[in-house]
Amino acid sequence: MNGVHDMGGMDGFGKVEPEPNEPVFHAEWESRVLAMVRAMGAAGAFNIDTSRFYREMIPPHIYLSSSYYKKWFLGLEEMLIAKGYLTREEVAAGHALQPAKALKHGKLERDDVERTMVRGKFARPAPAPARFKIGDRVRAKNIHPVTHTRLPRYVRGHVGVVELNHGCHVFPDSAAMERGENPQWLYTVVFEGRDLWGEDGDPTLKVSIDAFEPYLDPA
Amino acid sequence: MSHDHDHHHHHDHDHSELSETELRVRALETILTEKGYVEPAALDAIIQAYETKIGPHNGARVVAKAWTDPAFKQALLEDGSKAIGTLGHVSRVGDHLVVVENTPERHNMVVCTLCSCYPWEMLGLPPVWYKAAPYRSRAVKDPRGVLADFDVSLPKDMEIRVWDSTAETRFLVLPMRPEGTEGWSEEQLAELVTRDSMIGTGFPKTPGAPS
Repeated sequence: MNGVHDMGGMDGFGKVEPEPNEPVFHAEWESRVLAMVRAMGAAGAFNIDTSRFYREMIPPHIYLSSSYYKKWFLGLEEMLIAKGYLTREEVAAGHALQPAKALKHGKLERDDVERTMVRGKFARPAPAPARFKIGDRVRAKNIHPVTHTRLPRYVRGHVGVVELNHGCHVFPDSAAMERGENPQWLYTVVFEGRDLWGEDGDPTLKVSIDAFEPYLDPA
Repeated sequence: MSHDHDHHHHHDHDHSELSETELRVRALETILTEKGYVEPAALDAIIQAYETKIGPHNGARVVAKAWTDPAFKQALLEDGSKAIGTLGHVSRVGDHLVVVENTPERHNMVVCTLCSCYPWEMLGLPPVWYKAAPYRSRAVKDPRGVLADFDVSLPKDMEIRVWDSTAETRFLVLPMRPEGTEGWSEEQLAELVTRDSMIGTGFPKTPGAPS
């Protein structure tokens, strides 16, 4: 979706503000939100792409004015309601009122936490040969799906070169909508800065994205 | 079983000071616990792991080893996940970690314009600035301007390569080894490796310079 989360190339957000000696969490509730997202994800309540999509659907004025973990909280709550794990009445009451819905992988127990501290595996067997090879010129498609996609707006319509082939991976556009993993080839595609930003762009800049095959046409 | 919140709120505040967000987060955890979806002790363990086990010290050890062991460096650049997997003493790492090398000709910088993808097994949880709009919006368009916000400047004609982490691949920058460190041990070198130098928004510390 063409949301405010797709920020590459936008102007007006001001300077980057590094924080010396930044703590891991700035408040305890941030850590609880992170842990709830990890635990519910490990229990199989949702996949990572769906959780990203729910954050992207936060209304733009709220997205832009909320801290990072506030966005995680808002996305988590809406997603759990939408998926039938809790109800708005329960949220209003602050207590469980309905029977629980079964979790695909069961509740995450303390002894299983360590395995969740490694990222999930997203590589899948290839359903078809790769369409592109390293060095091929490709054009990012001019597509504007209203659902989840990982093709940022700033490269759409532009020509780049395939630099790496990462194999076949779960396709987020499909997985986010719970339409199956639909594995696709994944490539690093590199663009010249001036092709993206025009003649005033930095001539020394190259930008790459990791692009799933359905995002690309031969150029 | 009813869940006692105070159990894990070690530095609890007066309840009147709780913000709306804190109250909502607590309420959600109560509901999830009552419904049997989460185990508060498991949440505690997750938080403890993020606070103590993962962090930039993991990435720093990898970089220091690459600086001292050419065979490891080559393996690391060929397949980051596989090479790091051979180091028993470093944090476990997920698949598809791509290590990109800074050279006198090219500087690498990592961003996630769409959300906050970050090699957290190597670097810990990302800093606020990495997840915030100014960095995410500008890194792909004006990286030299972003670097200026970090008081970092590059030679005018040096190539700058920005890696936008748009999939489940993760990128770690291998910075250049500082001069004046000949004969240093891996442990000494690791002390010079900063988190930002592995994101590409900084350089390693220089021997003898004030930190």
